[in-house]
Parts: sequence; structure tokens; C-alpha cells
Amino acid sequence: MATKLASEPSERPARRTVESVVIRFAGDSGDGMQITGTQFTQSTALMGNDLATFPDFPAEIRAPVGTTYGVSAFQINFASYDIMTPGDAPDVLVAMNPAALKVHLKDVRKGGTLILNTGAFNDRNFQKAGYKANPLEDGSLGGFRVLPIDVSKLTLNAVEKTGLSQKDALRCKNFWALGLMCWMYGRELQPTVEWINKRFEKRPELAAANLAALKAGHAYGETAELSGFESVEVPKARSSPGIYRAVTGTEAVAWGLVCGAHKAGLKLFFGSYPITPASSLLHTLANLKQYGVTTFQAEDEIAAVCSSIGASYAGQIGVTSSSGPGVALKTEAIGLAFATELPLIIVNSQRGGPSTGLPTKTEQSDLYQAVFGRNADTPVPVIASSTPGDCFYVGVEAVRLATKYMTPVILLTDGYLANAAEPWLIPNVDDIEPFPVSFDIDPEGFHPFRRDETTLGRNWATPGMPGLMHRIGGIEKDYNSGHISYESNNHHHMTKVRAAKVNGIANDIPLQKVASGTERGKLAVVGWGSTFGAINQAVARSRARGLDVSHIQIRHIWPLPRNLGALLEGYDKIIVPEMNNGQLVTLLRAQYLVPAEGINQISGLPFKVADLEAEISARLEK
Amino acid sequence: MNVQTPVAKLTPNDYASDQDVRWCPGCGDYAILKSVHKALADLQAPLDTTVFISGIGCAARFPYYMATYGFHTIHGRAPAIATGTKLANPDLDVWVVMGDGDALSIGGNHTLHAIRRNVDLNLLMFNNAIYGLTKGQYSPTSKVGTRSPSTPQGSVDQPVNAILFALGAGARFVARSVDTNQKHLPEMLKRAHAHKGASFVEILQNCIVYNDGAFSDVTERDVAPDRQVVVEHGKKLVFGKDGKKGVRMKPGALELEVVTIGENGVTEADILVHDEKNRAMALLLAGMDGGALPVAMGVIYCNPVESYDVAVHKQMREVIEKTPAIEFNKLLRRGNTWTVNT
Ligand SMILES: Cc1ncc(C[n+]2csc(CCOP(=O)(O)OP(=O)(O)O)c2C)c(N)n1
Ligand code: SF4
Ligand SMILES: [Mg+2]
Repeated sequence: MATKLASEPSERPARRTVESVVIRFAGDSGDGMQITGTQFTQSTALMGNDLATFPDFPAEIRAPVGTTYGVSAFQINFASYDIMTPGDAPDVLVAMNPAALKVHLKDVRKGGTLILNTGAFNDRNFQKAGYKANPLEDGSLGGFRVLPIDVSKLTLNAVEKTGLSQKDALRCKNFWALGLMCWMYGRELQPTVEWINKRFEKRPELAAANLAALKAGHAYGETAELSGFESVEVPKARSSPGIYRAVTGTEAVAWGLVCGAHKAGLKLFFGSYPITPASSLLHTLANLKQYGVTTFQAEDEIAAVCSSIGASYAGQIGVTSSSGPGVALKTEAIGLAFATELPLIIVNSQRGGPSTGLPTKTEQSDLYQAVFGRNADTPVPVIASSTPGDCFYVGVEAVRLATKYMTPVILLTDGYLANAAEPWLIPNVDDIEPFPVSFDIDPEGFHPFRRDETTLGRNWATPGMPGLMHRIGGIEKDYNSGHISYESNNHHHMTKVRAAKVNGIANDIPLQKVASGTERGKLAVVGWGSTFGAINQAVARSRARGLDVSHIQIRHIWPLPRNLGALLEGYDKIIVPEMNNGQLVTLLRAQYLVPAEGINQISGLPFKVADLEAEISARLEK
Repeated sequence: MNVQTPVAKLTPNDYASDQDVRWCPGCGDYAILKSVHKALADLQAPLDTTVFISGIGCAARFPYYMATYGFHTIHGRAPAIATGTKLANPDLDVWVVMGDGDALSIGGNHTLHAIRRNVDLNLLMFNNAIYGLTKGQYSPTSKVGTRSPSTPQGSVDQPVNAILFALGAGARFVARSVDTNQKHLPEMLKRAHAHKGASFVEILQNCIVYNDGAFSDVTERDVAPDRQVVVEHGKKLVFGKDGKKGVRMKPGALELEVVTIGENGVTEADILVHDEKNRAMALLLAGMDGGALPVAMGVIYCNPVESYDVAVHKQMREVIEKTPAIEFNKLLRRGNTWTVNT
């Protein structure tokens, strides 16, 4: 039975109001910090704040308890205004053990709040975290507001009656901490109560214990004398009207792809092989079978992309996904789809590289791979989403381009977008223009490489269609008959036709707009992908300070929007912030011979607004 | 509209495309092509729902010579591509053509998994024990000592036994035949076609240019009767020019031996009867690789279970019945949402 919390009217005076807060929950990877963060996010979303989150977890599933490399964190920024990043510096750090404090203290804002679980502050844990002395006593926390609470003990007390073992009981302490934070920021407990009841439906004793811990944490805030700490309020954000939900990039991509397939009138086949952070897309789509989705966990990335090509050949829209190392394995097969002119979508959730690199961290370092990373003259359209919600529209667009132009399309997201959540104004899908595929059914003059005169996309004829039997393959084919041909002039011509087809997409995508600022000026900050939020805020703040700076965010990485070159020429200086060692910047310089300059951060973490603001100032004050 | 005209019977020639066949004169692939045309004509397989998918190699040029649908893909990946095609359209009859390098070297993993999953595909492996298209390097089925451009002193590594590999991967249908055996091969192809699930057929194929006679000690007309045993379900494993040789379990051992009926007290009753549903027997027969024992030809194992594609579609139907799709707009609005008013 679902327990409902009675709403308890607060007798306290009206709460202090703040405009925005950044909280980071940090603890051992077994401490449940991701759950705590996600639940806090749900409540916050329902309260109508704008928000952005940043889950940050270690590569090891369960690193040794108490060590710094086992620390898992979740950051949320929520505000009464439109925010776009998970925040530069936390106002509050909830650290469940010394290692979490050790790893994250350096990021906390000066004067920020530290909520420390002293139950885990013991000599063994100090040693594991690399502390020589108790940081609570050695003066190293001066300048912060410290709230030491023995969360472990308070949790044990709270769940005592449920009869759980000490080990299981201690597992509830993340909900105790969540309860306290919900009190502190006036979040409702109800969504979490419902979640706990559902999650532990079959283990009522665990549901009861976690609920007890949650309520105890909340009650502690209400009743304890927390001198200097009070409950504050973050008013609702003034967002555009409509129905909202919290969405991660993964969910949005999945829905976008499915919506795109519906708009094309096709079923969707998704072949994939697990890899962080791309696997969640496979998990999400595996639950959408009712919507014409077949998911296939292949034996490797090569089989994943190949099965998707096989499905496209049979008339579905084949989609595959991975991260950089897996996309590398798919390369040859992408060439086959390109040569046979079959639709295919490759979703790359980029992560830190090279090789295994930083598998759980975010990076944008596969742009070269996407644009150039194939043998021979094999240009494929590349599009990148810039926010979790944008992933939906990019998913739809990928299906449109792949089917209209009969080509593989690479869709770039990254580890940050895949996991991060933001409030999303849910679209009415009926407003999205359908783009139904019309298969070739006409035997008259048929050959498999007949083309549409405007798009140059080839006609799509699928096995099973009477009278259209034909053979396709990776060998070059004759432009006029589709038969295999080794003739040199024909190869030259076919290479040009395929390139012209992909380049022609530039006429079918929106002109590049300026995201904020003016169409000419002193400085343009050009970004792509998940850096959108940080750049946008940095530019907004700089403009508020009177600086002449504009923001351009590129969604269509290849082909580039056809007005981009002219647009860039209107600025004296161009900087290109990227979470890589300079890739888009090279592309822009090569395409337009513009003096674009890279701002590169390769830390596995998103840009901080303040850092970009400083870069902008430095360029304009030079 | 929809006037039913009587469908003319398809002849083997109707399965041939209009393209010139470009294998070397005398290549065993010609004979296989002929057998396939014949088998399909025997089956009256519809041209428009039959698909040939191949990898890369001489063998893999096969689809171009078929009047059906065809997809010449990339080296080793045909089983993976065919898996996607079959899942996307289960009504298609999907044949996969692979060389020995294609199927067991670069594509070994995909062959293994297509078989393990039991996707309803007819997997034909043309085994010439050489890389034909790349001009004659040794292959994973080449005998130890094979001299080739890459192994001028002879290869030193052990070959893989394709049928044992397939059985090890969990194959529910394995058969073996010879390119030039125009009676036997079409029958094997038809059996493979009839079997719902992954059917693996090894076809011994002569590459006249780079590995001529690789199997002649087994396939030549004069030695074949003594070097091959043609296995048939329910029939005794007898062979030899005079039909007097037989295969039996060696008394007191878990191995097979060749005996002569009428010698040393051996009677016909001692000879094993082939049971194509018996996996243990299949493993023993597959292991007969032409040393003291003859090479088994025919359907070595056939024991069908539900195929992967059927199971996948069944599960999808169950999901749809249990939790039907809701309108997409509703799906996006399910769960925790909130409304912002102006
Ligand atoms: C990725 C890749 N690697 C290598 C090759 C070169 N290659 C083409 S066919 C082949 C081997 C062919 O041998 P097999 O599969 O036995 O076919 P056969 O030619 O003997 O029929 C090789 C290595 C290729 N086309 N693609
Ligand atoms: S090289 Fe060998 S296998 Fe290839 S076509 Fe010539 S004879 Fe046949
Ligand atoms: Mg070969």
C-alpha cells in the first residue's frame, strides 16, 4: 500500500528566498548518491524551478569503500530563472564520507555550506581518503559553513523499528540526507515517497525503512536547532507556458528517434553493443517495443551496425549507437551503408578518450571521427544536440535526413547530455511535419540507383517487392544501370554525385542563427554540442556587462549551414570553446579561412560559466 | 484488377541474373551456383522474397549471379547483416554465402552468434581452404603444411573443422556436401531451406587456381566411395565401393572405427544407424576428418527448436498485447509532469 505523507503546515516564519542554488551530493559509489540526486531533481522539477543536473560517477562500479576514486557525485542547479548549466561552484556540498569531502571541497563556493556525515568521519576513513588529521578539527574548513551531522547514527535510530540488519539500515542514509535537503529547500517529499513505494514494492520492509529515513531527515531539519541554517525558498521559474517534464538526453534521443520513425512511416531497428555512456539508449528503446521498435543486442559493435544496415535494407530505419571506441569499429560498415546508399543512424555518446580514456566522463573529441573518420571519400551528415531536450529534435532530424537522402547520419551527443536532466517543454508531436518514405514500387525502367533529381537520394526498393529484384553491394556501380562497374570516369562521377548529395543537405537545413547577441560584432563564441548552456550564460553575463560578444551554436556539423562562412566574417574575433583539443575550430578554419581560436578544456568535465566569461573578457580587453 | 494469371513454373535458368559470371574457368563456384539454381527451382522459391547476402571473397560474388534480391556486403559480416534483414522482415527467405575466410576468420564471431541464436538463415560456406580473392594465402581451414604466398615454407597452425565449430556454437542443423556433386548438393540445400533456424552447410569447393585438388583425396570419383560416408537419417553408416565397409562404435571406447562387414565376425547389425537428432553422434561424425575414418557427407545433425526471429517477434507481440502502445503524445506526458501557466 502506498503511504501518503500528511502535509504538515509549517509554523515557522516565511522562508528566506534565494534565486538559485547549486547542490552537490557526494558519497561512496555504494551510497546511492545518484538516486538521491535524481529524486531531488524530480521534486525540484515538479516545484517549477528551472534546473540542470550533472551526474558524475567513477569508472569502477564499486571501488573500495571510502576511497577517493570510489566517490560518486550528483550536482543540481535550480533556480527561479532560466538556467542552462549545472552550475560552476556548489553552494552546498553534502559529503557522506571524508573521501567525498576531499574530492569535492575544492569546487565549493567560498562561504558555501558543507553538510558532513560525521558518522563516517573516523581514522580509517581519514586514512583511506588521504587525510592526515580530521578535517573538522585541523582548520582546513575555515571559510565554509560546516554542518556536521551523524547521519549514519540518526539513520540507524530512525529505521530501528523496521528490524533491518545494521548493514541494510545504513543503506538508507542517502534518503535521510535527501529528507534533510528537501526540508532545507522546501521540496515536497511526495514524489520520493511514491518512488520508494514503487521501487520496493516487493520488499515492504525496505520501503518502510527508506521512508522512515526520509521523514526523519526532514523532521530533523524542522525540529533540530540548526543554528545559522534555515529553510530557504527558490521561487518558480518563469518558463514558457505548457506541460513540462524532466528529461535526460538519453530519453529524449530515444523518443526523438521513435517519433522520427513514425513521421517517416517506418519501423525502427536498433542494433547495439553495451558501452558507457551509450548503453542507456539501448535500455530505453528496449522498453518501447509497442512503438514499432526492435532492439538487438549484438555480439559486437560491428554486428550491431551491420544488423541495422540489414534492417534498413529490408525497409526499416536502422539505428545503432555507441561511444567513440565502438564507433571506430563500425567504420567499415558505415562505408557500406554510404556506398549502397541505405539510411542508417549512428548515435555516438562521446566520452573521454583516446582508447578507454575516461569512460564515465564527458568529452567532445569525436568530431573528427564523425566528419572525417572513414576510408575514401565518404562524407556523411553529422548533427549534434546541445541540450538534453534538444536531443529529441535532433533524433527526429536524423531520421528525416537519413531517409530523405538515403545516407548514414551521425548523431553526436556526449556523456553529459546522456545523463543530465533538464525541464523540457513537451512538444505536441502532431506539430512536427511528417516526412513519409515512398518506397520504389515501379518496375518500369527500374534500377536500384535511380535518384530523385533534387535530393539526389536514390530510390529505396526493398526485398519482398515483386518485380524489383536487384543486387546492391559495396563495389562501385554504374550511374546509369546500378550494375557493378570498375570504369574510371564512372567512379569519378559517382564520387562527385555522392558528395553533391550530402552537400546538398545544406539547402535543406535552417540557416545558422545567432543564439544570442548580434549578427556582426567584435567577438563570436562558436560552440557545438553540450557546451551550449555554459557558453550561453557566459555570453549573457558578458553582454550584461556591456561587452560586444555573440553566441553561435552549430547543430549541423556536416554539411555546415550555408550562411555560416558569411556570418563568421562579420566578427573581428572568433573563439571556439570545446571539450577537446580543438576540432570544430580546425574545421571552421579549413572551411572558411577564418582566424578562429580554440578554447580547450579536456578535463572530462563541462565548462564553467565563469571560466568562459573570463576568456571572453580577455579577448575583448586585449 | 487482381486477375489471377497462372504462374509459369520457374526453371533453374529463371534464377540466373543477366550478369556475366566472373569466376575463373573451372572454379567449383560454378557448380555450386548451378546446384542453387536447381534447388530453388525444385522449391519454386519466389524470386521476390528470396535474398542472398554475402560477405567478400570469390564466393561472395554469388548474389550478382542470382535473379533474386541480393546484397554483397563486407568481409565477414554477412551473418550479422542477414540477422538484421531477417528480423526486419521475417517473410524473407535469407541465404548467406560465405567463403571459409569470410565465415571462419574475419567473420568467425558473427557465424558463431548467428548459429548460437538460431536465426532462420541458410548459411552456406564455400570451403576451398584458401583465400581465393586475395590470390591464394592459406585460410583457417587449410591443412597444416599448406604452402601459400604467406606461408612459403608451409603453414604450421591447425585448421578449424567447420562442422565441429558449428556444432560447438550450438547449431541445430549442419550438413556437408561437395561442389560437383550435383545430385547430393541440391538435396542438402533443400534440407537446409526446410529447416527453420540457422542451417549451416559446408560445401567443399575446389579453387582450381590457388588450391587445386585440396579435397581430391576425398572427392575424386575413384576414391570418393572409400573416403566418404553419405549419412542419411535412419540408414546404416555403410560405404565403400562394394558397400561392405561400415562405421561402428569401437567396443569399449568412445570412438568410431571402420570395419568390414563379413570380416572378423562383423555383421551388418554392428554398423551404426544414423540418427540426425543425436548430437553426440553428430559430434563423432563431424570429427571424422578423412584420416582413418571417412568424411561424412549429408545432414549430420538436424534437430530443430524455435528460431530466434520467431521468438523475438513472439515476445514483441506479447508485449504489445499486455501493454498496448498509447498515443505518442500521451507517452511523452506519462509520469511526473507539471504545467506552467502564463
Ligand atoms: C576488411 C577486409 N579485410 C581484408 C579484405 C581482403 N579480402 C578479400 S576476400 C579475402 C579472403 C577471401 O577468402 P574466402 O573468404 O575464403 O573467400 P574465397 O575468395 O576463397 O571464396 C580477403 C582477406 C577485405 N576485402 N576486407
Ligand atoms: S581464385 Fe579460386 S575460388 Fe576464386 S574464382 Fe578463381 S578458382 Fe574460384
Ligand atoms: Mg576460401
